[in-house]
Amino acid sequence: MAHAPETAHHEPAHPAHGEAQPRHGGTGHGEHSGSVGHDYTTTGLNHRKMLMWVFLGSDCLFFGSLIATYMVYRGQSLTGPYPADIIDIPITTISTFVLLCSSFAMVQALSATNNNDQRGIKIWLLATAILGGIFIGFQVYEFNLFKNEGLTLGQNLFGATFFTLTGFHGAHVTLGIIWLVSLWILSFKGRIRPDTALDVELCGLYWHFVDIVWIVIFTLLYLVGGFDAGPAILGGEH
Amino acid sequence: MATITEVLARPTYGASGLWSWITTVDHKRIGVMYGATAFVFMLLSGIEAGVLRTQLATPDTDLIGPGRFNQMFTMHATVMIFMVIMPMGVAFFNFVVPLAIGARDVAFPRLNALSYWIFLFGAILMHFSFIVDQVPDAGWFSYANLTEYPFSENMGLDFWAIGLLVLGTSSVAGGLNFVVTIINLRAPGMSLMRMPVFVWMTLITSILLILAMPVITVGLIELVMDRNFGTHFFNPTGGGDPILWQHLFWVFGHPEVYILILPPMGIVSEILPTFSRKPLFGYPFVIFSGIVIGIMGWAVWSHHMFTVGLGPIANSVFTITTMLIAVPTGVKIFNWLGTLWKGSIELTTAMLYALGFVFLFIIGGLSGVSHAVSPSDFQQQDTYYIVAHIHYVLFGGSIMGIFAGIYYWWPKLTGKMLNEKLGKLNFWLVFIGMNVTFFPMHFVGLNGMPRRIYTYAEEFGWGTLNLLSTVGYFIIFIGVLVFVYNIWQNRNARRVSHDPWDAPGVEWSIASPPPAYNFAEVPHIKGRDHYWIEKDLAREAGNPITEPEPAVDPSTIHMPSPSYWPIITAAGVGLIGGGLLSHYGVSFLGGLIAFIGVIGWSNEPASAPEEGH
Ligand code: HEM
Ligand SMILES: [Cu+2]
Repeated sequence: MAHAPETAHHEPAHPAHGEAQPRHGGTGHGEHSGSVGHDYTTTGLNHRKMLMWVFLGSDCLFFGSLIATYMVYRGQSLTGPYPADIIDIPITTISTFVLLCSSFAMVQALSATNNNDQRGIKIWLLATAILGGIFIGFQVYEFNLFKNEGLTLGQNLFGATFFTLTGFHGAHVTLGIIWLVSLWILSFKGRIRPDTALDVELCGLYWHFVDIVWIVIFTLLYLVGGFDAGPAILGGEH
Repeated sequence: MATITEVLARPTYGASGLWSWITTVDHKRIGVMYGATAFVFMLLSGIEAGVLRTQLATPDTDLIGPGRFNQMFTMHATVMIFMVIMPMGVAFFNFVVPLAIGARDVAFPRLNALSYWIFLFGAILMHFSFIVDQVPDAGWFSYANLTEYPFSENMGLDFWAIGLLVLGTSSVAGGLNFVVTIINLRAPGMSLMRMPVFVWMTLITSILLILAMPVITVGLIELVMDRNFGTHFFNPTGGGDPILWQHLFWVFGHPEVYILILPPMGIVSEILPTFSRKPLFGYPFVIFSGIVIGIMGWAVWSHHMFTVGLGPIANSVFTITTMLIAVPTGVKIFNWLGTLWKGSIELTTAMLYALGFVFLFIIGGLSGVSHAVSPSDFQQQDTYYIVAHIHYVLFGGSIMGIFAGIYYWWPKLTGKMLNEKLGKLNFWLVFIGMNVTFFPMHFVGLNGMPRRIYTYAEEFGWGTLNLLSTVGYFIIFIGVLVFVYNIWQNRNARRVSHDPWDAPGVEWSIASPPPAYNFAEVPHIKGRDHYWIEKDLAREAGNPITEPEPAVDPSTIHMPSPSYWPIITAAGVGLIGGGLLSHYGVSFLGGLIAFIGVIGWSNEPASAPEEGH
């Protein structure tokens, strides 16, 4: 080949390329000699925590698109049952409250972990999981009730959008419960300690996110959309 | 208990042969696997294109009939976009990014392996449609109602939708990994504004992947539910609106086209300075225009829907945003031209491909602006003019950029140089063939030839130009064969130095092929074009650099050990998809396997037993 790099000196030499000293002053020599990929990170933030945050950003778009579908089809169902016929706000208020309590329990679990309060860890992790389980119980009850009242996926657009959106949310909660129970089991092996608190913190991030999504869903599907009585609700233009 | 520890133990570090590829978590090997797999699909999809071109070569031909023709153009485009250009981009992310930021691997090596295996299984899953002869046939954007019963009764579109869902998981996992890697694993001294342009474009692309894939995921889920669970999301008989699919698809789809072009833009931005012997002109402008493109790419999707009837206001707004987004694109072009200006240009194959990229991309960008104007798009929509546009940006842009990157980084990957004579032959055949194929399509398009028709009557007078396009296809075909031969004969090539191009990137300071640990000592980045600075300083000190960084005993450097959980978990994910297409029991089994995979994954010790860490 024509390229003999050892001798290829192209004139004129490259102009100055910015300052010659690294702008990042923080990293001393000893730190970076074999631990890249383990402790060293450019920003000082933990990899896994950053991963979780970015993932939640992605999940926002997922729920955002499902919610958008619901909003676009609000009031577009050709047949009943319409939301006003079957949505039961009081009952869902209770289950929403249960889910909020679970977030509180999650906060307690994390602080118990940071304090190495082994008993508290076990109690609060389990409490979070159980409260999540109760929420899912409410959802199963609600789905069954709606089905018996004639609302199915194929019945109308309300059924399709409602079950899809709340169903995928429920799947997220279920995954969170599995995660919490795994942590709870690990806590009996002494694996949940202040130095492994990140394991709990990540689960907590996920759990709070799923909670917040539910608040949005509850507001839009129940408090706002729950009174839609038929195709004409959005005015005469349809 | 002993058995459990054995199961959980990592495969030993020195494992070799096929097993070492199956369990690898090394970003360089994963990059090679991505690239090789994508190349195989490129050949497959290229053959599909050949079938299309042969059918269209002459008027009133009935070689394969309309049904097969629909399947061929659907699979050609779906494969090229999701199984060739996207994974080729990821192949470069994998091989180049950790090296270019001075890291030893990506932030999550096992997640990286998982992305690859899910990609492979998803791609295979979609291709099962050929085995059962129920091939997707509604085009790469699969508009409703064509995708709904009763217009599409076999399982083709289920294969399409579920295959893409599986592929989407892989893309999101990859995107997450590269965002964290680039933000968090840069060597000391590599501030954001010193990052190589390719790394910047990888970062933007990864963010787009993370945000765009969920949108199409929701669209695909709704499509699958329409087809299998009786919903009417896109079916007017139940009140649904087919246009919603178009919105969901293009809200994803336009960011997607930037996912396809930004990595090649990054590749070209590395190559042009190297072979012009001067730093990239206006580096900050290239970066910021990339960021602006990444943001504005979300605000133009309805330019794909001008003829749908969204109304004059929507059409005007999207006309304006679309014309605006051409501005940052143009900025980049001027930066590339400015880089060439007064440079001492060396026309290697990589450089030829990069120049070809700039030239062809300008043509594609111009035709893009011409249908950004919605009234003019009314003449162009769904004609061969659009086909010309997308091929000038995707073939002239993305594919040219990918070939440029292959020729450029090949010596780093293998320690050997691809033959330059063959390379140039390869380039000129592909370049000429590409223009012969796609330039005439502007004219047949403006003459009214619609896309996606399987044949046309002689009276329309489109015969000559179509024949020309088909001839062009075979020129490209020969060009690709030359490339394959070039790779094949590379076994016998002689070894070259670690820095055959006198390149600026830090990846060129280490041996070729790079050792498993990449950098014995994590480099301190001295500025943009780090290695040029190093070489200049060394030369001024009278002590020019001729050798790569010295190797060290690998056992002194802790590297992540191989793992088989990624492939197991990915198999589970693939089976979940496969079960949706056959029997739910299979899905359940897949879920179980994926669950076991995750459990094994999280309990796996950090390293192989004998490493003793
Ligand atoms: C200067 C920048 C660009 C502008 C103004 C532009 C504009 C447009 C417009 C208005 C359409 C819709 C045409 C129609 O269907 O009637 C279109 C289609 C398309 N563009 Fe571009 N484009 C640009 C760059 C790109 C790039 C960089 C890519 C990808 C690498 C790309 C890929 C596509 C594809 C794939 C389609 C066709 C989708 C289909 O109908 O199958 N474009 N472009
Ligand atoms: Cu577009």
